[in-house]
Amino acid sequence: MISPWTTQILPPAVVLVSTLAAIVIFVAGEARQRLRIWVNLTAALLKLLLVVWIGLEVLAGTTFMFRFELLPGLELILHADALSILFASLSAVLWLVTTVYAIAYLEHSPNRARFFGFFSLCVSATMGIAMAGNLLTLFLFYELLTLTTWPLVVHNGTPEALAAGRSYLRYTLTGGVVLLTALVWLYGLAGNAVFTPGGFLAPLAAEHGGALTLIFVMLVAGFGVKAGLIPLHGWLPKAMVAPAPVSALLHAVAVVKAGAFGIIRTVEDVYGLELVAELGMRLPLITVASWTIVIGSLLALREHHLKRRLAYSTVSQVSYIVLGIAVGGLLATSGGMVHLVHQGLMKITLFFCAGIFGLLLGVKRIDQLDGLGRRMPWVSGAFTVAALGMIGLPPLVGFISKWYLASGALAAGMPLVLAVLITSALLNAAYFLPLVRRLWLNPPGTLVEAPIEIGRLPRLALMSSAVATAALVVVLGVLAAHPLSPLNWVVKIAQGYAP
Amino acid sequence: MTSAVFVLVAAAIFGLGVHGLLVSAHIMRKLLALNLMLSALFLLLIVVPATIDGRPDPVPQALVLTGIVIAVSTTAFALALMVRLFRKQGHASIHPDIDPRLLGRKAPSKANKTAQGDDR
Amino acid sequence: MTPAAQLLIGLVFVPLSTALVAVLLPPRRRRWAVVLGGLAWPCLLVPLSMAVAREQSVVMVFGGWAPPLGIGWRLDALGLVVLWVHALAGIAALPSAWRRFDPDLPESGPFWSLWMILATGVNLALLAADLFNLYVALELTTLAAVALIATDDGIAALAAAMRYLLLAVLGSLMYVLGVGLVYAQTGSLAMHQPGIEALNNVALVLMLTGLMVKAAIFPLHVWLPHAYSNAPGPVAAIMAAVVGKAALVAFWRIWFETAEAPPAQLADFLGLIGAAALVYGAIAAYLQPRLKMVIAYSSISHFGFLLLLLPLASQQAFQGAGFHLLAHGLAKAAMFLAAANIVVVLGSDSIRHLPGLDKRMPLEAFTLALAGVTLIGLPPSGGFTGKWMLLSAAWETGGWFWLVLIVLSGLMSAAYVFRILALTCFHPARRAVHHLHPRPPKITSLAALTLALLAVVIGLYPHPVLDLLGAGMPGMVR
Repeated sequence: MISPWTTQILPPAVVLVSTLAAIVIFVAGEARQRLRIWVNLTAALLKLLLVVWIGLEVLAGTTFMFRFELLPGLELILHADALSILFASLSAVLWLVTTVYAIAYLEHSPNRARFFGFFSLCVSATMGIAMAGNLLTLFLFYELLTLTTWPLVVHNGTPEALAAGRSYLRYTLTGGVVLLTALVWLYGLAGNAVFTPGGFLAPLAAEHGGALTLIFVMLVAGFGVKAGLIPLHGWLPKAMVAPAPVSALLHAVAVVKAGAFGIIRTVEDVYGLELVAELGMRLPLITVASWTIVIGSLLALREHHLKRRLAYSTVSQVSYIVLGIAVGGLLATSGGMVHLVHQGLMKITLFFCAGIFGLLLGVKRIDQLDGLGRRMPWVSGAFTVAALGMIGLPPLVGFISKWYLASGALAAGMPLVLAVLITSALLNAAYFLPLVRRLWLNPPGTLVEAPIEIGRLPRLALMSSAVATAALVVVLGVLAAHPLSPLNWVVKIAQGYAP
Repeated sequence: MTSAVFVLVAAAIFGLGVHGLLVSAHIMRKLLALNLMLSALFLLLIVVPATIDGRPDPVPQALVLTGIVIAVSTTAFALALMVRLFRKQGHASIHPDIDPRLLGRKAPSKANKTAQGDDR
Repeated sequence: MTPAAQLLIGLVFVPLSTALVAVLLPPRRRRWAVVLGGLAWPCLLVPLSMAVAREQSVVMVFGGWAPPLGIGWRLDALGLVVLWVHALAGIAALPSAWRRFDPDLPESGPFWSLWMILATGVNLALLAADLFNLYVALELTTLAAVALIATDDGIAALAAAMRYLLLAVLGSLMYVLGVGLVYAQTGSLAMHQPGIEALNNVALVLMLTGLMVKAAIFPLHVWLPHAYSNAPGPVAAIMAAVVGKAALVAFWRIWFETAEAPPAQLADFLGLIGAAALVYGAIAAYLQPRLKMVIAYSSISHFGFLLLLLPLASQQAFQGAGFHLLAHGLAKAAMFLAAANIVVVLGSDSIRHLPGLDKRMPLEAFTLALAGVTLIGLPPSGGFTGKWMLLSAAWETGGWFWLVLIVLSGLMSAAYVFRILALTCFHPARRAVHHLHPRPPKITSLAALTLALLAVVIGLYPHPVLDLLGAGMPGMVR
């Protein structure tokens, strides 16, 4: 078995691996490209190995806990429970893939050292969020995530990028301010409390019901900015000016999922769904999630810019997670949580493909997708698979999440939620199917720009990233019943919260 | 009763000094105003504190002596600084802290050329 | 006299004697005096810290003559914290000052003398245990600071120095008048006067107004922006780190220690002034076209922030404010030192010329970013620790207005910090300056970076400082 010292040191080690990589990348400078590639890939692999190791140990029942006293009565806690491993493994896997993609995508771009340095720091922040053991630690890494993603959003240095960055900061820093206020209030009421399945605030409900309700609203709002809950989603479509690896990162793994993760922790490990219902906040949360799902899809329909359509789709889809958590019960919670993984995979595939289309063929708008199926069959195939997954076609992963959500809604006696899910599925089809049709059935249009030539290896890297994640979309769906699938992992987690 | 007269006079002089300090542009005037204020202050310090057993209290007198020393050195230093500034910019004025036009007086003659502290 | 008390003498007399020696020695020998003076007195802080940690304050009385007639010195936790800021900032500023005013040159004698006199004055101000001693110390500090600003010798610097001198003396005059009135009321000049219910309001207001001028609290701050931004880099660093802080510490001491209970409505009023300073400084900082002016207005904003201790008066708030003194002092000194290097290399600190800084001067850009993180109060920096403690204190006393204000202060600081970061690192470098002057020695950049790192790292290990400050000040709610 592993020693107690190891259980203490592994969680921070997971976080710090990429911090060290970032330092090396920054110090090495722009010119040392081979070193940078090696450092990036090694760090990503090492991180993945560490996460897998911790995951196996957690499966066997080991507890991991790292505590650091920051202030009297205020602790920084990193732990590894099943939910942490879910988010951490998703992040680690997708990071590895995105690193490969980004190395190829940015082949001829300037400022790569800066990009990859902050890229690595983002991973650290995300790992910190995944492994946070209390709200303070979550908040700390959440703010660090804002700090480290901003340079990536403004990376291109164009006026649009800088404006998008300003908008991003306005939203996320304001969200951070709201979170800080809620945190101070909560710590004043409840002291330094660790994440506990089922929540730890129930004893305070009698006396401080009003305060707890207000704090809940603030926490959800603060996390909701990053999670893209409408009307706090304004920064997301604007952030699409960032390079494609960044959009893939922000939308599949880091920022948006971090927001959703924060909401999951708040509902499940701080308050507990029962308390949330008691405070009368369950229905409002379901409502907010529902309208985000529907309005997000409607907004996606209106967009003709490919990445922005995908952005609104993300806004809509991430609220599935919130919806599942809020509805509660084993099925819905599982559906919501597993969508964390599934949506991540599908969205990253879509963004990878959009990035490839944009880089190699200058495709930015929907109407330029005509006939690309013939020109780039593999990439278009991956795009199609992911799009069909988003619509919810069995046996792809998207279907699994939606099935569980729908069954959960019925089990909880909420037919309206079921209606929302069906509407959303129809809207998804409405904005994804035309894209698929254009790819395969429309005759090729004239290209905006001449195709860019890149080397064989980068081309292979780009395409295999997209194909790999698309393959996962299929495999994880088909093999969902396998004991080691994300679905089963999630069901175990949900059983801990909703017996 | 006499101390009340002293206090009023001192307060008046002090007020004049403050006005001169903040509204003038020429540094010499500001320094003169400053010295006026210092004199008023010393007067107040001598007059206001109580006496001990009918005899003058030595502590405020010690304070005033210290104050005079500091006042002299500060004035000397300020004069040196003024001369240096004069040599650099050709005149010895700086932007007044309160624009005299706000008080209905004329703008200082060198208002446009006074050094606010330009950007380099 | 305890041994620790004897060390107090060193804090004042080492810099003072070095000042005399520096101007008398021939240039070749001068460098040793400078090194000694700059590095010797900080070493005294180590045993003194241990003494203060044990006994909560170290007191020394001159010649055995007890106050109120004699002169006494007292080193308490707050003074110790600011002394550490002074020591660290002073050491970090040494390379930069050395580069600009090489001690081997004959004309540098006055500069180093003045530098040491400034150190003497600041230390004396922090040690003073009676009101008049404080006056003398503040005057000494002011004169030295004015002269140091004037060493730059440009018209802007000379004018700024003149204005600072005049306004500072105005402040001193009001302060001394207040002191006189206090003496008339209580018969004693000591700072800590148990047994006095409340000070004469007029006296209190006069003293505090005088100190506000020296600490550049809005709206009496007008001398600061031009003084800081036109002073030579290392001078600006020291001034931002300690000179204003010394006056602020005096402010706190007079408020909390002199009488039993400070007046409550005045506390709220002063808190509002602090809030106004906070907002004004942040907005002004956002609009400035020069880097050093941004940093200067940021100082005004943070001095206002520190005034919020008054309405929040609790031990926790005191710990938070004291910690913020430390973190902010280090961060500001770092920023000014980095800005000094930027001015040397680019020839100007106009923000138009900043794009591309992360390529040309990466250490300086990183220093600005790190210091900015502390100013915003992002976790886990030292700024966050101070902010959190103040927030907890506000929550506990039910001060919702202050809580929201403190939380928003982070946002306001973020606005101007990110503006600078965007400009230095991400704006296209088309309009940047093309002719670069020779770079200053690397140690100046590293010194600034170390200060900024320190400001962040103390956030991770705040216990020693927080424990030191844990005693609070007399007159505070526990």
